[in-house]
Amino acid sequence: MSDTSAPSVAFVRDQMIPEQTPPLLEKGAIKWLRENLFSGWLNTILTLASLAVIWWSLAAIGPWLLNTVWNAESLRACRTILDGASGACFAVINDRWHQLLFGFYPTQHYWRPVLTFVLMIVALAPVLFTGLPRKALFFSAAYPFIAYHLLWGGSLWFPVGAALGFVAGYVAFVLVRKVNGLAAIFAAVLAPVFWWMFMAGPFDSVMSSVMPLGLEFIRSDRFGGFLISLVIGVTGISLSLPLGILLALGRQSDMVLLKSVCVIFIEFIRGVPLITLLFTASLLLNYFLPPGTSFDLILRVIIMVTLFAAAYMAEVIRGGLAALPRGQYEAADALGLDYWKAQRLIIMPQALKISIPGIVNTFIGLFKDTTLVVFIGLLDPIGLSNAIRADTNWNGIYWELFIFIGALFFVFCFGISRYSMYLERKLKTDHR
Amino acid sequence: MTKPAIELPVEREINTSQMKVSDEVAIQITGMNKWFGTFHVLRDIDITVNRGERIVVCGPSGSGKSTLIRCINRLEEHQSGQIIVDGTELTSDLKNIDKVRSEVGMVFQHFNLFPHLSILENCTLAPIWVRKTPRKEAEEIAMHFLEKVKIPEQALKYPGQLSGGQQQRVAIARSLCMKPRIMLFDEPTSALDPEMIKEVLDTMIALAEEGMTMICVTHEMGFAQAVANRVIFMDQGQIVEQNEPREFFNNPKSERTQLFLSQILGH
Repeated sequence: MSDTSAPSVAFVRDQMIPEQTPPLLEKGAIKWLRENLFSGWLNTILTLASLAVIWWSLAAIGPWLLNTVWNAESLRACRTILDGASGACFAVINDRWHQLLFGFYPTQHYWRPVLTFVLMIVALAPVLFTGLPRKALFFSAAYPFIAYHLLWGGSLWFPVGAALGFVAGYVAFVLVRKVNGLAAIFAAVLAPVFWWMFMAGPFDSVMSSVMPLGLEFIRSDRFGGFLISLVIGVTGISLSLPLGILLALGRQSDMVLLKSVCVIFIEFIRGVPLITLLFTASLLLNYFLPPGTSFDLILRVIIMVTLFAAAYMAEVIRGGLAALPRGQYEAADALGLDYWKAQRLIIMPQALKISIPGIVNTFIGLFKDTTLVVFIGLLDPIGLSNAIRADTNWNGIYWELFIFIGALFFVFCFGISRYSMYLERKLKTDHR
Repeated sequence: MTKPAIELPVEREINTSQMKVSDEVAIQITGMNKWFGTFHVLRDIDITVNRGERIVVCGPSGSGKSTLIRCINRLEEHQSGQIIVDGTELTSDLKNIDKVRSEVGMVFQHFNLFPHLSILENCTLAPIWVRKTPRKEAEEIAMHFLEKVKIPEQALKYPGQLSGGQQQRVAIARSLCMKPRIMLFDEPTSALDPEMIKEVLDTMIALAEEGMTMICVTHEMGFAQAVANRVIFMDQGQIVEQNEPREFFNNPKSERTQLFLSQILGH
């Protein structure tokens, strides 16, 4: 064709286009503002309305917070200092922080819970971060006994005797395993029970008379504040996860008896409010126990809270198990892995990873639920806030106490939540 | 009517020097029946597999061929009859089951690699935990077999980063690391793109050339003709016809087989 007005198909570039910066409206903060805050008339209205709400809240709370009185002996003194102006009276925290943290724990022994807390961080670190040396896990295993002794005190030989029960179980397991695998499991359970029932008591008294070591005994009713929240929360969290795993596996089991026990347990616990279980722990349990046995109230509460969380945990983990493709079980079977090895190496690492958000939910819920113990007379932070208000000096103070308690709970729960996000990122290997 | 050509999608000469069928029995199945609920899925199965045999099992979907090979390592339980693998009878005895499973390798349609473990860890897991091989030795074995399936450079990646064909070759290597005496393949190429089918078949052929006892459920008729010494055709839970591949493809006896072959090859 000879039509010269048609554009030619052939094209050769004789000069390459250099890189250029994007137009002003399409980069940096302006682009972000345009896309996120002012992308349309509706968004613009919402943005302006939100700004107004934020401004209004800050204007209302800000002066109150900024105009804080830190040093005063009572609410009345605070008001005198403020002289009619609006302002917070955080002097109450300054005056009573030790009670909010430790309850009525003897002042000269405050170093014990503080040391326990520091050691807890040391014990948790190798559990939470796999990059740390594995040998440190030995300390983590010993920590519960150290923590018990530091907090409650009494004879050093009591927690040592309790720990020896586990050693007895392990030794029995190793010895009997050479004979029979199933018998070894029975031996591993029976040996420590036998030790605790008949040997631990004499061991404690004999060793105490030979070498009386130990810290001053502190009764449970002196415990209070965040000390009690952390003791119940941390123990409950670390016991409810393994118990929940076992319950979830039991519920999936082919053994009818085992399965029904697990199902009944889970459904019963989930069907009952925690507060009922706590009342059972504080009131009813004494009727069922043989007369004369005194069973520590904090211990009873820990058991109930743990069982409660374990039932929820079991269902969360069951969800993770259900999400695993059947092929994973089959591949593990086909390679000749037995049930426990398959669970430990193949199934649980994946099921737990899937369940992380649910597990963390349960953990945070458990930690916050520890405040319910106020109803059975334990002095957790909320209980103490009532006790502090009962003092005529601080009668009528609410916000400052609750802000302080809320902030402390937030620090712990936010920490747990952040850690779980870190863990999820670290375990993300499926590249979906 | 001219018979359509059955072609092996892999261009290579097959070295048959090591492919020898011995007199020793590897798997003996006699009068085996299996039901799923009330559905009679396997009916009176009798198969004897000698060491070194390469058997292809084919048939329409739902014919019970996958269930059959899954019975051989007890991923499925049979309700009557007898299965003896390598001299061990499969009963509910867990010890026997674990023994058979560690001797029999299995490759699945959907690979079933462990996504939370690296390729190397996938391969060393069973040798370390079942065979109690020291880690270092297990890693050497794993690298040896990963080289054999031609992906040693992927050892430190995770399954999710590999293509389907590569994943299936890892799955084969993972089974081989247990040094199995028998390999079962459950439709190993059915979930793969055509290009990847080649690389997996190539690996399977190499395995056959070394004299491995293999039972493959597959629709790759080219592979069956080139590598198998026996083809078993199943329908409605029973063995309808079995023969050596040339006879099976060129001269099928049963009407059902003829129909199946014309459907699978007829275009």
